[in-house]
Amino acid sequence: MAIEQDVLVIGGGIAGLTAAISAAREGASVRLVSYKETTLRHASGLIDLLGYTPDGEGPLEDPYDALETLPADHPYRLLGEARVREGMATFDEITGDRYRGEHTDANALVPTFGGTVKPTARYPAGAAAGLASDPRSTLFVGIERVPDFEPSIAADRLAAVGVPFDTSAATVEFPIPLRDDAKKTRFAHLLDANETVDGAGEGVRRALAETVKPHLGDAERVGFPAILGQDHPAEVRDDLASALGADVFEVPMGPPNLPGLRLESLLYDALEAAGGRFEVGSPVVSYSADGEVIEQVAIDRSGQEIPMTAEQYVLATGGLESDGIGATREQVTEPLFDCHVPQPADRYDWFEDDVFGDHAFARFGVDVAADLRPQTADGDPEFGNLRAAGGVVGNYDYAAQKCGSGVSIATGHGAGQRAAEDATQ
Amino acid sequence: MSDSELPDDGTTPPGEQAPAGDQSEPVFESEQEEFEPVQVFPESEDMDLRSGADKCTKVGSCDAECPVAEVDDDFPGPQFQGPEQWRLTNDAEDDDFDDSVMQCSNCMRCDNACPSGVPFSQMHNTARARHVSDQRLSVKKIRNRLLANYRSSAWLASKVPRLANAAMNFGPARWIGEKVLGVSKEREFPAFATETFREWWAARGGHATSVDNAVAARERRGEAADADKQVAYFHGCYANYNTPEVARAMVRVYEELGYEIVVPEQGCSGTPMFANGFLDDAERHAEKNVANVGAAIEEGYDVIASCSSCSMALRQEYPEQFDIDGIADLSAHTYDALEYLRIHEDIEELLADASVEALPDVAYHAPCHSRNQGLARQSLELFEDLDGIDVTDVGDSCSGISGTYGWKEEKYDTSMKIGEEMFEHMEGAPAEHGMTECPTCSMQMEHGTGYEITHPLEVIEAALVDG
Repeated sequence: MAIEQDVLVIGGGIAGLTAAISAAREGASVRLVSYKETTLRHASGLIDLLGYTPDGEGPLEDPYDALETLPADHPYRLLGEARVREGMATFDEITGDRYRGEHTDANALVPTFGGTVKPTARYPAGAAAGLASDPRSTLFVGIERVPDFEPSIAADRLAAVGVPFDTSAATVEFPIPLRDDAKKTRFAHLLDANETVDGAGEGVRRALAETVKPHLGDAERVGFPAILGQDHPAEVRDDLASALGADVFEVPMGPPNLPGLRLESLLYDALEAAGGRFEVGSPVVSYSADGEVIEQVAIDRSGQEIPMTAEQYVLATGGLESDGIGATREQVTEPLFDCHVPQPADRYDWFEDDVFGDHAFARFGVDVAADLRPQTADGDPEFGNLRAAGGVVGNYDYAAQKCGSGVSIATGHGAGQRAAEDATQ
Repeated sequence: MSDSELPDDGTTPPGEQAPAGDQSEPVFESEQEEFEPVQVFPESEDMDLRSGADKCTKVGSCDAECPVAEVDDDFPGPQFQGPEQWRLTNDAEDDDFDDSVMQCSNCMRCDNACPSGVPFSQMHNTARARHVSDQRLSVKKIRNRLLANYRSSAWLASKVPRLANAAMNFGPARWIGEKVLGVSKEREFPAFATETFREWWAARGGHATSVDNAVAARERRGEAADADKQVAYFHGCYANYNTPEVARAMVRVYEELGYEIVVPEQGCSGTPMFANGFLDDAERHAEKNVANVGAAIEEGYDVIASCSSCSMALRQEYPEQFDIDGIADLSAHTYDALEYLRIHEDIEELLADASVEALPDVAYHAPCHSRNQGLARQSLELFEDLDGIDVTDVGDSCSGISGTYGWKEEKYDTSMKIGEEMFEHMEGAPAEHGMTECPTCSMQMEHGTGYEITHPLEVIEAALVDG
């Protein structure tokens, strides 16, 4: 006997989570299985919809206006604008006031820790005061022992790209001494708890504000590396802002990144609230099918194959970098269900010589139809009850086009909703 | 370097090859067009873990997940402990490892946090063992070995349980324990049962009685009297010597559902030995377990464990650490007690029709070793529709005791600091009792909150057997 549900989602990234939440909200019994803790914690926490066209034009002001310029097999084109909007609306509903940007179709420009400006459709509330379109003068603050943010580089580079505000930079000691290279989560947890600083008799939030104050000058807002709390970021920001007398924002960081971690808990909480089940720690390793219907899959739980069965399956295992798509010297494959992955026959055509060229490998993935079912080379569904979402889907280059989260949300929502409809019919 | 700078004694400096032929001629130029990258290094076949270090992409997920690094600034974290130390070892056999590896509590959360499959716990276990074997004999080493070989002291204590209980929790004795052996006097020793599980099992008639009970249950349930339902129980040390009520619950639940049970001779699973770096001790016990429990597997039995660390050891650590004939079979046939019922019985349905009005609501803590097996949420799911008990998840924090770790005088504070978040969430939950699968988590939960802690099997027993 197998563990049964209506819809089984394979993969715990943003696509899998969106699929599971949407399916559960449709009333289906849902289980999400994830091999490892989600890689959302490595993500920026920004939700890109479309930043650049395939020809490299951009940053785009309005991503929706540019959908038409995409190739016909791009997931956005397959789904159509209305479906893409529906996905984003679902994301807005799930995240509530913890994400911003839904008031406009236009892309926001968010400063990155490297001092570039990233076009993105939704951003965490903590990044809201930092937008590059905002003319207020800005102080970037680095923290000793958080080596991945050098505020002077960010400030200088932003000034060089011509942002409409003055930038300045300062690096301060965190009021509670931590070891060199302490993880960002440690700073976040101390700020969450507003831990008392030894000898000062005051909380670490105020103490941090005091160390920044002498550097404030004319700055009207202050950007910190994203370490401002894991569970209570709004409180931490508010306390810092009122002590500083300036607005406070966070600059998203490299992994592990707090805005990514917060998005992870937000989505898992939403899945739980919708009645969805999930388990982390075991990969799906095999399946059995009767003709074109998947009957059962097996997860590998530390050595044992544990059977799981569902009416409908959603494949959200990610792309090449997540092993959702695999490659040998001869062939690119989708390793779990062996779905067809379009690819040039000669592997020397998988890439271009130019590092930033238009690489074929960047678009490798399963070939889905408009209903998000992976298709064979002949255009028939691989399985009647399998849909795909997110990075495992091919025909788009998320890195160049800055469309990764948007595609994951749109395909995740579409796949989850359709799977639930089919399963509960 | 020109030829004139080469040492004249005929030797070549390290890293330099003696020049061959005319150096002015680039050797590869004519072949560049045909250049085909090939795998230079063969797949490693021995237990050399250095190749695991190459999988690390330094995202730091492991460090962010590590409960010890969270509270202890002297602990460099799993990224250093695992891939970085292993990358620096020249000789996989001889190099020493930094002694901070002894600060790792072996919760194994880094295994699941890593998106790239670095074999962290295998690296830690191996490094710890090398470090400990190089250590000179000291009081701490003796203390660790005593703690790791809990089964031996428990065996002795169980012969005179009342005396042992009184002696070990006698104030001055605990003070001496801390001063002489470094065992924290803050901890109360777990009480030894006056009747061990194995004594109870034997007195009850062992396997023969179990077959009778199972056959009667099958008849009640309308199943064939000779149904192929047989399991071998790996009870581990704690359920035998300290909490036989958990082991008895396992027996009653499984028999009620028509399973006949054997209880093979068994040693310790090895968990405390891995954590303290005594791999030789662990291997001795593993050999015994593989032989005895493996014999049951050959007879068609599946293996059930009620302790999450025991199932973790048998499933994952055994095949990672030891090369024993039959060890892969044991790993592949071992299941968590609740997991097995979920696969083979419609247990959720049975529980949905049952009621446990007499039981209090509980705050549930998923042990790290359950979490690593993907089982963190099964107790929550199972009891969702069971009448009479509300189960509140206390979140994904670590209890901090990690087996013998929290017993050490020098680790006690770290252990309690890690546990703080769990204690707070337990106290915030609408329940005055706790539930968990892991015996030492259970100890820590009780120690930090004063709550009584139960095992999910006891809840199922109340629902399906007593109800």
